[in-house]
Amino acid sequence: MTDATPITRVLIIGAGIAGIQAALDIANSGYEVVLVDKEPSIGGRMLQLSETFPTLDCAQCIMTPRTVEAGHHERIRLMTYSEVLAIEGEIGHFTATIQHKAASVNWDLCTGCGLCQEKCPAKVSSPFDRGIAKRKAIYTLSPQAVPNKPIIDRESCTWYTKGKCRLCEKVCPVHAIDYEQQSSTTQVEVGAIILATGYELYGLENLGEYGYGEIPDVVDGLAFERLLSASGPTSGKVRRPSDGKEPKEVVFVQCAGSRAPETAMPYCSKICCMYTAKHAMLYKHRVHDGNAYVFYIDIRAAGKRYEEFYHRAAEEDRVLFIRGKVARVFREGDKVVVWGADTLSGETVEIAADMVVLATAMVPRAETKALAQMLGIPTNEYGFLLPADDNMAPVETARPGVFLAGAATSPKDIPETVAQASGAAAKVLSLFAQWSGVPQAMQALAEAEAL
Amino acid sequence: MRIPYYPGCTLSTKAKGFDRAARDSFAALGIELAELKMWNCCGATFPLSRDNLLDLSGPVRNLAAAAAESDKLAVACSTCFNVLKRSNLVMRNDEEKRERINFFIEAEYAGTVEVLHLLEILRDQVGWENLSKAVKKPLTGLKVAPYYGCMFLRPPKEMGFDDHENPQILENYLRALGAEVAEYPHRAECCGNYIVAFDLDATKEMSYMILASTRRAGADLVVTSCPLCQFNLDRWQGDLTMKRGGFRPIPVLYDTQLLGIALGLDASAFDLDRHYVDPRPVLREKGLL
Repeated sequence: MTDATPITRVLIIGAGIAGIQAALDIANSGYEVVLVDKEPSIGGRMLQLSETFPTLDCAQCIMTPRTVEAGHHERIRLMTYSEVLAIEGEIGHFTATIQHKAASVNWDLCTGCGLCQEKCPAKVSSPFDRGIAKRKAIYTLSPQAVPNKPIIDRESCTWYTKGKCRLCEKVCPVHAIDYEQQSSTTQVEVGAIILATGYELYGLENLGEYGYGEIPDVVDGLAFERLLSASGPTSGKVRRPSDGKEPKEVVFVQCAGSRAPETAMPYCSKICCMYTAKHAMLYKHRVHDGNAYVFYIDIRAAGKRYEEFYHRAAEEDRVLFIRGKVARVFREGDKVVVWGADTLSGETVEIAADMVVLATAMVPRAETKALAQMLGIPTNEYGFLLPADDNMAPVETARPGVFLAGAATSPKDIPETVAQASGAAAKVLSLFAQWSGVPQAMQALAEAEAL
Repeated sequence: MRIPYYPGCTLSTKAKGFDRAARDSFAALGIELAELKMWNCCGATFPLSRDNLLDLSGPVRNLAAAAAESDKLAVACSTCFNVLKRSNLVMRNDEEKRERINFFIEAEYAGTVEVLHLLEILRDQVGWENLSKAVKKPLTGLKVAPYYGCMFLRPPKEMGFDDHENPQILENYLRALGAEVAEYPHRAECCGNYIVAFDLDATKEMSYMILASTRRAGADLVVTSCPLCQFNLDRWQGDLTMKRGGFRPIPVLYDTQLLGIALGLDASAFDLDRHYVDPRPVLREKGLL
């Protein structure tokens, strides 16, 4: 251990709702934060969502004030489109090497006017919209992106692939386009680290019984969020991907890849019962003459006003809940046929649907594993980060000074994620308070007042 | 190349054309399917009860006989293939059962033989490209619905030679022969299997679903490597035509019959006349007979 004073600055990896919450808590307490995300802008998964359960708040409306605050905060240093390459050192004195990937745009010059995106002729499938819509080769994730600076996807930009175009360079009023830009690395010194790397969805390509993701009108929950989202590719109108028609029969399949110890993930992904009820409800709000069917194993609505929310979907919005699993989904003509079982009546069910939404299992992001190895933090067999103790130390890790928040540790909904992030922030703050002598100062103050 | 070959009961009786076409075609490809000298019925179902060692000893006898000749055993029938392959895995992986079965059949067999379906041999030993080159009469213009059934691919962890949800082996095989593949969703669905013995209506229902789907996909005929599937799909089409308005019968052939035709062999020994729905008109129409 070095004798130097510990550094009261935190590195937060992952700028979703967990990372942002922890960042704001710590920054607002007077300490510095370095907030890293591999995407070009912050906000994470929550910005992909349409509305949140059980209140049906617009996710963007409650998220953007936070992204903006984090973006403008004098004590938060954003490092987006960046990845952590290495971390050395110990609690109080970590050195992180962070690579800012080549954006091909000089962000210091860019004003975020958006002209380049407007004029760019190359269109590719958008991962942010889960492949149901296209984006340009030069892009930001959304018009409200923080920071609102674009990057060029070199794999789809025709200048990089075919040596033609350079249109964005011509139209950029501040000459910010830099095709030669290289990635750059920075080292930051921090005293503590919070890992908030979030989740991915179990890939449709793993689910053979549901068509391996090759049926265009079989989508995952996040894709359906994009369809429902007012700022999504269809402006919140429900249109199926294959032909843009309004689907009249929509089947929702829960536990797609969850609770399947034989074939996929054995655990419960926890949020799917609620978001599927929400999906079905929002679908019915938008398509009044449509039918929504939900196949479920059992409804797990443990949470404040969650059970009531599920009842509202079934009773007020007339969503048909069928207890049973779906055995097969296949294409027949322009329909997506669903074969399932209704285990309450003991009958098999066949639904000729227009669209199928799979509530696929939550899995940790692939990069989380490498990060955990770099830090010497154990993961469970599925790659979720393990805390020091599940009961008594849920945000601490085996490595002193490294804390956890959000869905990277296990499937979680937004309230739980926010609570855990604040918990991790409190742990960091208690270290920083000790290091910066706050307890002594408080004691001195108390003694002075006693006199 | 010479590979020990297990024809099985159905191929020696009801499906002689399947057997003949297999031997002739493989001979034309330079592979001798050498029938096992002593073989017995595989049992036709893999015993699911854990202590049914007697039903396992039947198929294992065949495997032990193959082991005396080679490290491979070729099988044409999907069901025999299923039973033999799974019995072989028991001998390979379960020490206790291995000992008891060996004691009973007076053998020392340890699951060393590799049980191969003919399509696997075509894929892995011959290769689709070489097969394609050997084709003398490509099945051009013929749209074929590949039908796998369930036993061929399942249980996936044990059969494991192709993806059970999205298999490709029959498709690639048909393409190598120059045929067009009819894509339809029910290619790995159950035909009714042994349910035919006690609930004929249920079997007809299942067969109808599959056959109607192949017709909707524009298929000229269906191809399978399972004699029971062939029977279930073929046998009831007369009834279905009477009861289901608009249903048009569709011939159901064995994979090796099409192989023999594509290799330009004499098809007169392939028993094409012994199918319930006569495949000859459509084959003639396409200039293949």
